[in-house]
Amino acid sequence: MKNLLAFLLTIGLGVLIIFSLSSNTLFPAFGSVDVSDRVSNSYIDKNVLDPANTETIIFGETTDPESGAANIVTSIVVDYRSFDTLGEVTVLFISALGVALLLGSAPKQKRLALNFKPNFMLRVGSRALFGIILMTGVYVTLHGHLTPGGGFPGGAMIASSILLLYLADDQFRAKIKGFKTLESIAGSLYVILGLLGLVVGTYFLQNFLPNGTVGDLLSSGIIPIVYILIGLKVGSEISGVIDNFLTEEETI
Amino acid sequence: MTLFDVVSIVVSVLLLVIGFIAINSKKLIKGVIFLSALSMLSVVAFVLLKAPDVGLTEAVIGSGLVTSLFIFTLLSVKKEEVK
Repeated sequence: MKNLLAFLLTIGLGVLIIFSLSSNTLFPAFGSVDVSDRVSNSYIDKNVLDPANTETIIFGETTDPESGAANIVTSIVVDYRSFDTLGEVTVLFISALGVALLLGSAPKQKRLALNFKPNFMLRVGSRALFGIILMTGVYVTLHGHLTPGGGFPGGAMIASSILLLYLADDQFRAKIKGFKTLESIAGSLYVILGLLGLVVGTYFLQNFLPNGTVGDLLSSGIIPIVYILIGLKVGSEISGVIDNFLTEEETI
Repeated sequence: MTLFDVVSIVVSVLLLVIGFIAINSKKLIKGVIFLSALSMLSVVAFVLLKAPDVGLTEAVIGSGLVTSLFIFTLLSVKKEEVK
């Protein structure tokens, strides 16, 4: 009975997908489009949806372009191809999950002992450097739509600042429960933001906020929000992986 | 020959040399450190090739996190007497 239900559900889903694609006017038939003349140039000129629009994008002057990010890579990664980024975040999540399953399953964990005693100067200096690296990561995350970088490198920088604390202080132990909560909240909010685009606009992860002037910090709609969420998620995820690697089971 | 050409040639030759040293070094920890240096140099190469996004990611992941991961793994592995 259960198998039959699953089979019927699968067939129904397949029929739904095939019918919705075959009757969609936005989705031309296979082979009827020359892909090479619509891909990269349109992404650079920001006229993917409206090829007739040949207005030049000027930094600091153009208002409300199709995709508001000043950085081309960001406008592709988080605007035109945001769904791919969601998949990328999922891949990272699954790898972090695998590490946690393999290394972090024991109930009592103690951190890896360093084979030297960190002195006062090392501890204080690493604390000072920790703030600088953390703020650089936050800066790179926040300015993802203006300068190179974004959520992934920024999150990795935040995680490497945690790693520095682990290296320089033999008593330090991150509060890993908070990281896990932050990670799940950020990941869920990304999906909820995408569903909100589906509700407000027409498709998943649509940029439904106004784009503003190219080059402003508060511009380009949902791109900064998405990048902040990705930065939080990647940062807490990689911090969790580092914590899993640097702790071990308590041997009795 | 412009300055750009000179810098790119120097960086590519150094990349090859450092990669060779990283493979050929006898001690594992030396190999890891040379791998980190290779990542750092490839950041320069990426910036020369006008891909600062990739360079930033490589600088953080390649020479920061991956190197520390390798070093911690090497530190955790206990040395056994080979008979």
